Amino acid sequence: MNKIVTNAKEAIQGIKDGMTLMVGGFGLCGIPEKSIQALLESEVKGLTVISNNCGVDEFGLGILLKNHQIKKMISSYVGENKTFEKQFLDGSLEVELNPQGTLAERIRAGGAGIPGFYTPTGVGTLVAEGKESREFNGRTYILETALSADFAIVKAWKGDKAGNLIYRKTARNFNPTMATAGKITIAEVEELVEVGELDPDQVHTPGIYVQRIFQGENYEKRIERRTVI
Amino acid sequence: MPLTKEEQIKRVALELKDGYYVNLGIGMPTLVANYISPEMDIILQSENGLLGLGPFPVAGYEDADLINAGKQTVTALKGASYFSSAESFGMVRGGHIDLTILGAMEVSQEGDLANWMIPGKMVKGMGGAMDLVGGAKRVVVVMEHTSKEGTPKLLKKCSLPLTGVKCVHMIVTELGVFEVDNGKLVLTERAEDVSVVDIRTKTDADFVVSNSLKIIKAET
Repeated sequence: MNKIVTNAKEAIQGIKDGMTLMVGGFGLCGIPEKSIQALLESEVKGLTVISNNCGVDEFGLGILLKNHQIKKMISSYVGENKTFEKQFLDGSLEVELNPQGTLAERIRAGGAGIPGFYTPTGVGTLVAEGKESREFNGRTYILETALSADFAIVKAWKGDKAGNLIYRKTARNFNPTMATAGKITIAEVEELVEVGELDPDQVHTPGIYVQRIFQGENYEKRIERRTVI
Repeated sequence: MPLTKEEQIKRVALELKDGYYVNLGIGMPTLVANYISPEMDIILQSENGLLGLGPFPVAGYEDADLINAGKQTVTALKGASYFSSAESFGMVRGGHIDLTILGAMEVSQEGDLANWMIPGKMVKGMGGAMDLVGGAKRVVVVMEHTSKEGTPKLLKKCSLPLTGVKCVHMIVTELGVFEVDNGKLVLTERAEDVSVVDIRTKTDADFVVSNSLKIIKAET
């Protein structure tokens, strides 16, 4: 079983126009920057992208937006991006906003074989419109459905050749959950090691979820809001 | 005199109790962290996946992999832990967070909160706010009493799309402190030299004045 691909370009083979992708990261933290760059170069279009945010104008998913490769975004917060606002207001970009916890749980459900779940989040708000609701123990909950994707693209700190992944600090965020919910999951890592080099007790994503893995070179890891004392 | 921003934030900080797990919203709520008494054990949660949030780093020690929910570089304290977004919101939704402090555009007298959207004007998204107000044990709003144009933000009914229904427990403005008690708004504290009449003229919501109304003294 060989999961190793040489680079991002090879990793994204098979991603076609109109597909649904999950892309890990929170803001610019923990985003699969090499795969995003490869998607830009591939010119694949009409994508539905499930990702908490949409990058900034010049980095992260923002570059795909600018190149008009994204048709629809499913996100929780998109306030950092002027291109996004412009395309949304002129109608060329569809947007589905989810509460962040609902987004995370929909992805978790998608990977865990649960088609839907009841949540208290969003009851009585725009989010609840058109959704089934039900009372449990006197409190109202709304039905949310699972999300899955043709491809999930995640970024980890270390990975081994069997696809086991370890994330670093808050760069974990949506990555391990998305890794479970792609028909094909691509993992890009800062360091690819031999099988046996990762402590099994420390693995965050078991290799079963990962179909393709590669080591990216020269990570930029741009900081969105550099704040110091 | 209304409270200064610093006095207002210090008043909010009194809501933090020893042993609390707390989530601070983006903006003014984040500043509450600067006024946590060193005698208290307070653990701050950042919903992007961190318990044990510490101060901003010293220049040169920024780490791109370590940010808060406002995307600012931060540090982690001893005893901190990292986790996924799904786990983080399980923690929030599951009622494990004792207190969340959030900003607001509008709050209704029944405790409805609007803080995520102005139709036709602002498209940013709700982020984690809807989960937090539905899941935290206690929700405290810190906001200016009126908008920049001087219109009241404490209303009979919110005009903007809601973040949560009947979810706010306390509101702290520069004029005073309100608690939502069984669907009714109660003024429990007022800033020194701000009269109840002054507060009424700047408030659209109906409220009663607590029998034990306290006065928040200005710092000299």
